[in-house]
Amino acid sequence: MKRDYSKLGTLFKSMFLLGACTFGGGFVIVSLMKKKFVEELKWLDEDEMLDVTAITQSAPGPLAVNASVIVGYRVAGVAGALVAVLGTILPPMMIISVISLFYEQFRTNPYIAVALQVMRAGVAAVIFDVVINLAKNVIKTKRMLYIAMMILAFIATYFCGVSAMIVILVCLGIGLIDLAVTLWKKKRGAA
Amino acid sequence: MVLLKLFFAFIQVGMFSVGGGYAAIPLIQEQIVNTYGLMTLEEFSDLITVAEMTPGPISINSATFVGMRLAGVPGALLCSLGCIIPSFCICLLLAYFYYKYRTVSGVQVVLGSLRPAVVALIGSAGTSILMLGLFQTEIKNVVLGDIRLVELGIFIAALYILRKFKASAVTIILGSGVAGTIIYALMGEISV
Repeated sequence: MKRDYSKLGTLFKSMFLLGACTFGGGFVIVSLMKKKFVEELKWLDEDEMLDVTAITQSAPGPLAVNASVIVGYRVAGVAGALVAVLGTILPPMMIISVISLFYEQFRTNPYIAVALQVMRAGVAAVIFDVVINLAKNVIKTKRMLYIAMMILAFIATYFCGVSAMIVILVCLGIGLIDLAVTLWKKKRGAA
Repeated sequence: MVLLKLFFAFIQVGMFSVGGGYAAIPLIQEQIVNTYGLMTLEEFSDLITVAEMTPGPISINSATFVGMRLAGVPGALLCSLGCIIPSFCICLLLAYFYYKYRTVSGVQVVLGSLRPAVVALIGSAGTSILMLGLFQTEIKNVVLGDIRLVELGIFIAALYILRKFKASAVTIILGSGVAGTIIYALMGEISV
């Protein structure tokens, strides 16, 4: 794997900007990272970004931090991981530090409340944009198994409140069975 | 000594908060309120409100907030550091193994089955935020008549701009915040 230290600056700047805009949970920053690093900068391919997201679910800690460690490592090794994490956590740390000094005013300011409420619509639009691209590619594989898994996983998480970890674990199980079946078929074909 | 206590409290939070931000809240509460008595429950609920309203992972936000209020800037730095050290090490290890073995065909088959799940998870998170934006509530409490038209308009406009002009995420998010606030202010719906 080649590492490119000249990318450190762009990596930090990208993560810093995304870190400042990730209202509402880890999957938001994953969508933003996919848009930035896969679609705009083309540093990673799409499957890689999805794998990274699945891996982050199996480690403890905030998804945003986990994802930036792995993406940073991919781009520029351990130095990249450090730079990416720093970019991710600096904006929230700076914002919270300031707010912690006068949070009463912040919490009760009506303009801030409205801006934060309407921003959700913008955040949702960005995620939907990314999801449309991702879902298209799952459908393009033309594997009924994958398409069914995607739909069922959505229903399970959104409507039934099943946790992300459980969904990933169940799909891991399906993947292992899938692998066993593939190997078995190959063996029978060879015999 | 408060600093050291905080540092170790947040290392534990970082180590055991498996499964996203909201999993961290009870852990933080246990460490900061129950075990060490560094905050009252009331202060803690303020903290959660602020952490949810601002960008960034909820555990980093809480770590910074708790650290800042109890021990100033050094406290904020130490708490956030404690919070990310465990996941940093674990993820570095996972990244190493992933890039070493990802091209093995068996690994490819297994990873392939995780991808549709991840797409669904991202979609689900997006839908929750959209519902919160349009109805200010969860899906089970949605009343169609309560839909907020300004937010709906912003969502549609933003999605159109994203698909058509490939605008950057940061522009869209900040733009929708500014546009929405101006619209609501013009409608006279913001009372100071």
